Amino acid sequence: MEAGTPDLIKLEDLDAAAGRLTGRKHVLSILVENRPGVLARIAGLFSRRGFNIDTLAVGPTEDPDISRITLTLDGAVHPIDQVTKQLHKLVNVLKIRDMEPNETIAREMALFKVSAPVESRQEIMQFAEIFRATIVDVSRRSLTIELTGSSDKLEAFERMIRPHGLIEMVRTGEVAIARTKSDS
Amino acid sequence: MRAADALMEALKAEGVEHVFGIPGGANLPTYDALYDAELTHIQARHEQGAGHMAEGYAKASGRVGVAMATSGPGATNLVTAIADAIMDSVPTVFVTGQVRTDLLGTDGFQEADVNGITMPIVKHSFMVQDPRYIPDYIHAAFHIASTGRPGPVLVDIPQDLSRAEIEYEPITETPNLPGYKPSTEGNIKQIRLAAKALANAARPVIYAGGGVINANASDELRELATADNFPVTTTVMGLGGFPAPHEQWLGMLGMHGTRTANYAMDNADLIVAIGARFDDRITGKLSEFAPRAKFVHVDIDPAEISKNVPAHIPIVGDAKQVLPKLTKEYRALQADRSRLDGWWEQLHAWQQEYPLTYERSETGEIKPQAMIEAMYKATDGDAIITSDVGQHQMWAAQYYHFKEPRRWINSGGLGTMGFGLPSAIGAKVARPDDTVLCLAGDGSLIMNVQEFATAVRHEIPIKVFLMNNGYFGMVRQWQELFWDGRYSSVEMGPSPDWVKLADAFGAKGMRVEEQGEIEGAMRDALAAEGPVLLDVRVSPEENCYPMIPAGAAARDMVG
Repeated sequence: MEAGTPDLIKLEDLDAAAGRLTGRKHVLSILVENRPGVLARIAGLFSRRGFNIDTLAVGPTEDPDISRITLTLDGAVHPIDQVTKQLHKLVNVLKIRDMEPNETIAREMALFKVSAPVESRQEIMQFAEIFRATIVDVSRRSLTIELTGSSDKLEAFERMIRPHGLIEMVRTGEVAIARTKSDS
Repeated sequence: MRAADALMEALKAEGVEHVFGIPGGANLPTYDALYDAELTHIQARHEQGAGHMAEGYAKASGRVGVAMATSGPGATNLVTAIADAIMDSVPTVFVTGQVRTDLLGTDGFQEADVNGITMPIVKHSFMVQDPRYIPDYIHAAFHIASTGRPGPVLVDIPQDLSRAEIEYEPITETPNLPGYKPSTEGNIKQIRLAAKALANAARPVIYAGGGVINANASDELRELATADNFPVTTTVMGLGGFPAPHEQWLGMLGMHGTRTANYAMDNADLIVAIGARFDDRITGKLSEFAPRAKFVHVDIDPAEISKNVPAHIPIVGDAKQVLPKLTKEYRALQADRSRLDGWWEQLHAWQQEYPLTYERSETGEIKPQAMIEAMYKATDGDAIITSDVGQHQMWAAQYYHFKEPRRWINSGGLGTMGFGLPSAIGAKVARPDDTVLCLAGDGSLIMNVQEFATAVRHEIPIKVFLMNNGYFGMVRQWQELFWDGRYSSVEMGPSPDWVKLADAFGAKGMRVEEQGEIEGAMRDALAAEGPVLLDVRVSPEENCYPMIPAGAAARDMVG
C-alpha cells in the first residue's frame, strides 16, 4: 500500500496483536551495564508491576562492563511484550532477548541432599546414574547429588528422589544461550 | 576545580538559570559553590515546595526544572514531587546531598537511601561514587530528563565527593548512553496504515494527552484535526493542546469530562490516541471502554502502547515528528469529508442536549463554577493557571477554556494536593511576563502554604484564588454519593483566617463572598502588586458533574 493510493483498509480487518498471553514459559536473556544497583532496578520493576520471576541467574559476560541476567517467567500470567517494554525503559538495560525455545540451549544446575540409608541407597544411586547426575558428597545417612540439565529434567529427578526424603535442594536458575545457526 | 563548582559549570552549560532548593549539612559544598555561581537560587521553605516549583517551571517553559535538597529528610521531602514528575512526565533534575562516603550505610546523621527510596519513581538516577563523574552525570541527567518521554532524574552526591578536586572540562557532546535511545520518528508504514484507517473511519475521535504538550505539538495536532473534520478531545493533561474555542473541540474526556466527549469515545469506530495513556480516569470500566473502536496509538514510550488497551496500529514516536507525517499521508488519500457529516450530526446533538451546566445562584452565593467563569473573564482566558487537586481542579478543567498549551499546570497522574502554590511560583519564575494564577482549594492550599514566604521573599507576584468551601470537597462528594452521606473527616472545621494569614506572610489578603463582586475582586487582585491571596467563599456542598462513577462505563455518566 503506497501513500496517495485510494485503496483503503477495512477497520474490521485490523487486529491488535499486543498484550496477549502466550501460555508458555519464557526465558529472557538481558544484557545490562555492570553498574551498582542494576539488579535492584530490575527486581523493583518486577515487583511494582506485579510480574513474578520464576528463576533468576546473574553473572558476568565475556565483556567485563556487561553482565547478563537470565530470568524465566510464565507467559500464561504475564504479557511478555509489556514486561520487555518496561525492562527496556531502564537506562542500564542494553539488550533483551526473548529466547526462542527451539533455538535455545537452556541449562540449570541443582544440588540435592537426599536421605540415603543403606536400604535405599542403591536405588537412589541408580536414579542418579539414569539422569547422568554426579554424586559429590556422601555420608552415612545422605547423598549429595549434582545434576545439570533443563528445568524439566531437574524437576523429573526431584520427583523420583523426593519419596526417599529430600533434605535440601539448591537450584541456580536457568541460563540460556542461542544455538548457532548451521553453516550450510 | 572543586567538584561542587564543576557541578555549577555543568548546570550552566545545560542552560540552567534558576534552581529551587534548600541547603543543609550534606549539600553545604553545593551551596557554597552556588554562592559564586551565576545562577538564581529560589530558596523554598520546604523541599516538596522546591520540587513542585521545579515542575511548575518545567511545565510552563518546557525547559528542565532543577531542585536541590540536602540528605535524609531534605531528600525524602522531595519524594512526592519526584513521584508527581514521573506520573506527569515532567522534565526535572533533582540534586541531593548525601552523607560522606565513610558514613554511607552506617545510619549516619541525616542519612537516607534516597537512591533506593526513589528508584521506582525516577526515570533514572545516579549515585556518585567518583567525583570526576559529577559533570558527566549532570549532563546525562539533563539528556535523560528532557528527551524521549520526559521525567525526573536524581543525582545523589556524597558530601565529601563534592568537595573533591577534579579536572573539569566543558562537555559539548551528547552523553553516550548505550541503553537509552528513544525512537522519535515513527514507522512510516504504520503511519500510512493509520492514515488509511482514518480515511476509512466513519466515527473517528482524536484523543490527545499531555504528550502533545510535552512534544510542543499543538500546532501539528490542529493540522491533523483540520485536515478533515476530526473531532478532538483531550485528557486533563492535554488541555490547551487543542484550542477549546475550536468548533471541532468536544471538551475534556474522562471521569469529569463532557458527555459529548465520553459518548463520542463510546461510539467511535476509530480512536487515535496521541501522547495519552488510557488512565483509569479516562477509561472507566476497562472492559466496556470504547467497545466499538479500533485504536491507533501514537506514543514516545513504547511501554504505554497496549499497556491498558491493545493498539491495532501502534506508532512509537514523538508527536511533533509523527503528526505532520500522518497529516501528509492522510491528505494524500483525499478522503471524502462528507462521510463525517452523520457523525457530527450526532456529536452536535449531544452537545446540544448535554452542555456543561450548573444551577445558577439566586441568593448571591458564589457557585464554584461561576468562580471559574469569572476567573476566565477577569484574565481574558490568557492566564497561566496552576491548580491544586480536587473539585476546583475539575471545574477549572471544565470551565476555563484553555486556548493554548502550557497555560494549564496541574497534578494529573499523582493528584498531589498542595501542588498549586509552589508550581505557580515556578511557572512565574519561568514566565515572568505572564499572569500566573494559582487556583487553590482550602484543603490543598494549607498543605504547602509555607511557600507564600518564598513568593514574598523573592518578590514573585503570583495570584492565589482560593476556592474556599470548607471541605475536602471531592472526598465529601464521594462520601455523599457513594458512602451514604457519612461525612468522615472531610469538614475543614476552623480554618485559618486566610486574609490574615496572607497578611502574616507579607502578602496581600482579600476576601469576596458575593456573586456580584467576584469579577471586580479578581481584577483588583490581579492588578495589585506582589503576591495576593483572594479568599473566595463558595457554595459549600456543590458537586462536580457530570461524572463517571468509579468502575462504571462512559455511557453511564451521572449528573
